[in-house]
Amino acid sequence: MRLLSTFAIGLIFGLGIVISGMSNPAKVINFFDLAGSWDPSLAFVMGGALIITFVGYRMVFRRAAPLIDQKFALPTKTALDMSLLGGAAVFGVGWGIAGFCPGGALPVAALLLPDVSIFIGAMLVGIVVATALKNRYARLNT
Amino acid sequence: MTTEFTPYAALLGGAFIGLASVLLMLTLGRIMGATGIVEGILFPKSKDDFLWRIALLLGMFMGPFVYQAVSGAAPVIQIPVTRPLLILGGILVGIGVTFGSGCTSGHGVCGIARLSPRSIAATLTFMATTAITVYVMRHVIGA
Repeated sequence: MRLLSTFAIGLIFGLGIVISGMSNPAKVINFFDLAGSWDPSLAFVMGGALIITFVGYRMVFRRAAPLIDQKFALPTKTALDMSLLGGAAVFGVGWGIAGFCPGGALPVAALLLPDVSIFIGAMLVGIVVATALKNRYARLNT
Repeated sequence: MTTEFTPYAALLGGAFIGLASVLLMLTLGRIMGATGIVEGILFPKSKDDFLWRIALLLGMFMGPFVYQAVSGAAPVIQIPVTRPLLILGGILVGIGVTFGSGCTSGHGVCGIARLSPRSIAATLTFMATTAITVYVMRHVIGA
């Protein structure tokens, strides 16, 4: 039940990514290319996603707990630290260069297109290396 | 490379992304963030935690195939950059989302919907550096 419903949610997300154009780097880069071939579509993706999530979350959070799990697992950090802002800045540079973000690339991974696989492979390397660095840094600080 | 402005598909796709985010919070009480999903698969915390992430990922993988079956057309994926740039971009994305604790889905959709100051700050930051990068790549370097 838990895995089946989660599978269905993944499918809805994957469909949304493909329908919206988030898995098309040309479209993503054009959204940011205000000085060139601007395509405003992505603003509508964000808008559509935010309206539904903003309203939906408020309905969900009226409950004491989620349907299947015991409690809501929400992020607890509140500090606007260097890791957050520096990480976000580096992510943006990578997104601007390649045109794929993780959520845009993952659903189309199963199509096994060489370019998509190359991006995802490089991204996984980045995640593994950064996690190792992050853990090492955390140990140095304790 | 120009792309067509597709407001209706964008809104519909965005609504699906939002619906998935709401349903994951309703059922498992979790943030629908692509970064978190992948990190939980690469570095599993427990068997149960690993399994729901795999189920979610497999569901995502079905997205393009269901799209193709329903619409009759393959998803459009146009890559306007060279492979070395895809690799460079991929590595930077991986490093950035790990240190930044999230990406467009986790911070940009779920976090902003929760009005999380961290997510709002992260989203403004990466939107700005993405725009600057695209400007530099396209209009300064001309790549």
